[in-house]
Amino acid sequence: MYEFAYHKPSSVADAVKLLSADPEARPIAGGHTLLPALKHRLARPTALVDLSGIAELRGIRREGDKVVIGALARHAEVANSDAVKGAIPALARLAGTIGDVQVRNRGTLGGSVANNDPAADYPAAVLGLGATVVTDRRRIAADDFFTGMFSTALEPGELLVAIEFPIPEKAGYAKMKNPASRYVMTGAFVSRGPQGVRVAINGAGPCVFRQREMEAALAANWSPDAVANIRQSPDGLNSDIHGSAEYRAHLVTVMAKRAVADAG
Amino acid sequence: MNVVTPFEGIGASVRRKEDLRFLSGRGQYTDDLNRPGQAYAWILRSPHPHARIRGIDTGAAAAMPGVLAVFTGKDMAEAGVGGLPCGWQVHNKDGSPMAEPPHPVLALDKVRHVGDPVAVVVAETRAQARDAAEAIAVDYEVLPAAVNMAQALAPGAPQLHEGAPGNLCYDWHIGDKAVVDAAFARAHKVARLELVNNRLIPNAMEPRAAIGEYDRGTGDYTLWTTSQNPHVIRLLMGAYVLHIPESRLRVIAPDVGGGFGSKIYHYAEEAIVTWAAGRLERPVKWTADRSESFVSDAHGRDHVTTAELALDQDGKILGLRVSTLANMGAYLSTFAPCIPTYLYATLLAGVYTTPAIYCEVKAVFTNTVPVDAYRGAGRPEATFLLERLMDVAAMETGIDRIELRRRNFIGSEQFPYQTPVALQYDSGNYHATLDQALKAADWAGFEARRAEARRRGKLRGIGVSTYIEACGIAPSAVVGSLGARAGLYEVGTIRVHPTGSVTVLTGAHSHGQGHETTFAQLVADKLGVPIAQVEVVHGDTGKVPFGMGTYGSRSLAVGGSAMVKAMDKIIAKGKRIAAHLLEASVEDIEFERGEFRVAGTDKKKTLAEISLAAYVPHNYPIEELEPGLEETAFYDPKNFTFPAGCHVAEVEIDPETGRTQVVNFTAVDDVGRVINPMIVEGQVQGGVAQGIGQALLEACVYDENGQLLSGSMMDYTMPRADDLPPVGVATHTTLCTHNPLGVKGCGEVGAIGAPPAVINAVVDALKEYGVRHVEMPATPERIWRIINANRPRMAAE
Repeated sequence: MYEFAYHKPSSVADAVKLLSADPEARPIAGGHTLLPALKHRLARPTALVDLSGIAELRGIRREGDKVVIGALARHAEVANSDAVKGAIPALARLAGTIGDVQVRNRGTLGGSVANNDPAADYPAAVLGLGATVVTDRRRIAADDFFTGMFSTALEPGELLVAIEFPIPEKAGYAKMKNPASRYVMTGAFVSRGPQGVRVAINGAGPCVFRQREMEAALAANWSPDAVANIRQSPDGLNSDIHGSAEYRAHLVTVMAKRAVADAG
Repeated sequence: MNVVTPFEGIGASVRRKEDLRFLSGRGQYTDDLNRPGQAYAWILRSPHPHARIRGIDTGAAAAMPGVLAVFTGKDMAEAGVGGLPCGWQVHNKDGSPMAEPPHPVLALDKVRHVGDPVAVVVAETRAQARDAAEAIAVDYEVLPAAVNMAQALAPGAPQLHEGAPGNLCYDWHIGDKAVVDAAFARAHKVARLELVNNRLIPNAMEPRAAIGEYDRGTGDYTLWTTSQNPHVIRLLMGAYVLHIPESRLRVIAPDVGGGFGSKIYHYAEEAIVTWAAGRLERPVKWTADRSESFVSDAHGRDHVTTAELALDQDGKILGLRVSTLANMGAYLSTFAPCIPTYLYATLLAGVYTTPAIYCEVKAVFTNTVPVDAYRGAGRPEATFLLERLMDVAAMETGIDRIELRRRNFIGSEQFPYQTPVALQYDSGNYHATLDQALKAADWAGFEARRAEARRRGKLRGIGVSTYIEACGIAPSAVVGSLGARAGLYEVGTIRVHPTGSVTVLTGAHSHGQGHETTFAQLVADKLGVPIAQVEVVHGDTGKVPFGMGTYGSRSLAVGGSAMVKAMDKIIAKGKRIAAHLLEASVEDIEFERGEFRVAGTDKKKTLAEISLAAYVPHNYPIEELEPGLEETAFYDPKNFTFPAGCHVAEVEIDPETGRTQVVNFTAVDDVGRVINPMIVEGQVQGGVAQGIGQALLEACVYDENGQLLSGSMMDYTMPRADDLPPVGVATHTTLCTHNPLGVKGCGEVGAIGAPPAVINAVVDALKEYGVRHVEMPATPERIWRIINANRPRMAAE
C-alpha cells in the first residue's frame, strides 16, 4: 500500500469534519474492501479516518416496531443479537452467513451497506425490508439509497450512522455463493410487513434491485410456488467466469423461491 | 541407550516430529530469515501477454528514495548471465530435438506472458522497491497474443519464439501406430471421447521467496530459496545461469510451506537475487505476494485430448489411440517437456491388459504462464482420460462399468507385466483394491441412497476409478535415454554420533510430507535408535552431500532406499568393530534392534558402545578399519514404482442450482509398505482434496486477450474444508519388488485417482440427461447448462 495519514476521531462530528476537509480521505470500519484495495495499490487515499473509536456508531437495539443497528455493528454481533434474532431472525441468519468467522468478527453493517458491493449480503436485507439509512445529516429510504454498482446516495463526507429495520411479519433469505470468493453470486431477500411485500435481489445485477413481478405474485399468494415460474430477464445482469447473466437470471427464481420457503 | 519400542518403527502412526515447530509458529521459512544489511527486490512484470520491448527507461526509478539499483534483462545479459535451462529434451517423431527457445532471466526483446519478469529494483525496503518499479517506463509495442493452443497452432498465429515455428515445441509419439490402427479395424465397439484436462494454479500456502547473499571475503554465494530440490537449483543456476562453481555456491531450502511441484523448478528470481547480491555486495531478498504467485509459479495440466478405445464383443480392450495437445506456456519450465510425454503417455495402459497403444503429443507454446509438473504430473491426465473412457465404453457396450474393468485388469499372477508403452509393472493386485473399495463405499447399497436423495430433490451419483501411477523416479540410465539431463538417484548419509544418536542427511526435501518423522522411523526400525535421537537434515547443499530432491512421490522409495543402503554399511562396519571388541569372527555377529550380538551367546554390544569405540578408537581394529561411524550411499532405482488403487466418489447434485457436493469418498491405495499410516492417510486426503478441487472447483481462466481472469482467490476456487467430504483411506499392500523397503509412494495418488472418480460420479448422477461426459471443473453453471439443455428433450421423449 501507499503511505497515508491516519486519524482516529471519537465522534461522528469529528469524523465528518475530517472527511469533509479532505475529499481524498476515506473512512474505514472493518476494512474488508478498503484494505485489500490498499494492499493491491488500487486505492490511494490521502488519509484513513478510523471509525472504530466512535461510540455513537455502535449498538443494536429494538425501538418499538423497528430494530436500530449502529453502523459499526459487526456481522457476528448482528448474527448473535437477541434483539435481531427475536424481531428479524432472517436478518440474523443473513449476518451469520457472511464470509467466515474472521470476516464476521471484523466486517461491519455500515461498511457493507455504504460500499454497496453488488455481491454483498446486507444491501438485500436493507432493501428487502424497506429499511431507513440514517446518516450524520439525514434519513434515506432504502429505495433511494442504492444507486448503482458501488454507488449510494451518500454525499462526499456523509457518514452512515445507523440503519433502522422495520420489523416484518415474515422475512427470508437465500443465496448462491460464488464458489471462489464466497460472496453472493445471486441472492434474494423477501419480506412481508409494514413496508408491504418486498423481494430484493443481490449479486445478480450491478446493484441490488427489487423484483416487482415477484412482489406482486407474493402479495397475492405468499408461497414459494408463487414465484417458481417467474423468469427474471438476464438483460443487464452481471456475467463473470463463475456465472453468466443467464445463469444468474435462473438463480433469481430459485433463490426467491427458497427465500420464501425460508421465511415460512 | 534405550532400545526402541516397536511403536516407533515401520508401521507405527508416530506423530509428526516437525509439527511442534510448525503448529507453534516456530518454523523457519525463507521469508522468516533476514540477513544483516539485507536489501529488497521487487520484480516489475509484464502487464501484456505478448509485446515487443522498444525500450526501458529506469532513470526515474533509479533516482527514487532508497533505491540501490535497477537492473534489466540487458544488464544481466551483458554481465554474462545465461538463460534458465530446461532439464529434459524430448525428440520429435522424426528424431529431431524439440524446439528449445531461450528463456532469459529478465525479458530481453519481448515479453511473452502476463507476469513475465521485465526488470528488478533493489532498494532499502520492499515498499521503496515497489514504488520505484512503478516508476520504470517500459515502451511496449503490444503484439497479438496466442492465448490458447488452438490459436497458437492456427495458420498465421502470432509467433512466440523465433526458434519455434508454428509455436510447436515438439510433435512426439509413442507406440506402434500400425498395430493400433489394425486393432481398431477389427473392433466390435469404439468408445471415443474428446476432453480437456483443465489448467491448474498450484497455490502452495507459502509463496515463493529467495534471499541471495555474497561474501566478499570468500567469494562465496548463498541462496535461501523455497525449493523442493536445492542441489538441483545449485546445479542449474550455478552451471547454466550464473556460472558459479558448486564449491562457491550454497543453496539452502529451509522450511518450505508446500510445493506440489511448483517449487521444483529453477526460477528467475533465484538467479536475480543471487546475482544482484554479488553486484551490490548486499543480501537481497525477494518474496512473492499472492498475486505474483498466480502469474509466476508454473501452472499445471492443460491438455486437450482426443482418445479412442477399441473393444471386442466381450468388452476386452484391443487398443487405445490418443492424440493430445499439451500447453507449455510461454517458455519451457525446468521439467515441462517430460510431463506430457514420459510421465503421461507411458501410463496409458493403466491397470489394463491393453495390447496396443499409440499416443501422439504436440507441445505448444502460448502466451501464458509456463506449465510444468503439478501434483501427479502427467499421471492425473492419463488417468482421467483412461478412467473416463472406461465409463464411456461401459455405456456404449452395455457392460457394467465394474465388470468392464475387471475383464481388462492385469491379473495379480501376470507380474512383472510389460506394457506396450515402455513401463514394466512389478507388483499389484487390482482386483483386491477394487473389492476393498467397493465394500468400504457400500457400492452395493448405492441405489437405495440414490432413491433417498431423489426424495430430497437431489441427483445422486457414484463413480469409480481404478488408477495406476509411476513414481519413485527414476532409473538414471532409463530417463537419460529418454532425454533427462540429470540422474535421478538419491543420496543418504547416516552419521552415528559417538554416543549413539543419529543424524540423517538426505537429498530428499520435506515441504510438508513429514520426512523428519518417516525417515526417523526407518532409522528406529533398522538401527534401533529412538526417533527422538534421530535428527533428519535436508535442504542444505552445505550439509547434505548431494541429492535430487522431492517430487514424483520419490522421497521414500529412492531417498529412503539410499538411507537403507547407508545403514547397511553402518551395520557392516559395526559388525567388524563388534567382532573386534567381542573377540568373535565377523560372520558370527548378528545385528538386531540396536544390538550387535555373537550368535548363540549373550555377548553383545549396543550401537552406542560400537559408535563410541569408533570415535574413541583405543581398543579398535585401527589397522584394517577407519575410525568413525558415518556412511553415505547413492541409490539409483532399478525401476519406477507403481502405486495403484481404487477410488470411489459419491456426489449429490442440486438440479436447481447445478451445485455438486461430494458426499462421500473412499480411497483404497496400494502404496507398497506403509511406514507411517497416519502420514499416508494425510497424504492421500490432501491429494484427494486437490483432486476434488480439479474436478469441481479449480479453473485457470485467461480471457481472449491473454489476461488471467482467475488471478486471485476471489476468482480461483481453491478447495475449502466445506467442499470436502469425509475421505475414507485404506491401504492394500503388495510390496515393491525392487527397492529394499518395498515402498511405492503415496504423495500423488489422491490427486491422480480422485478427478475421474468424481466426474464419473457426476456423469452417473446425470445419466437420465443422456450425458456422456462433463468437463472439469464441473462448476454449478456447467452442470446447470447440461440439465437445462437436456430437460426439454427429455420432456419431449
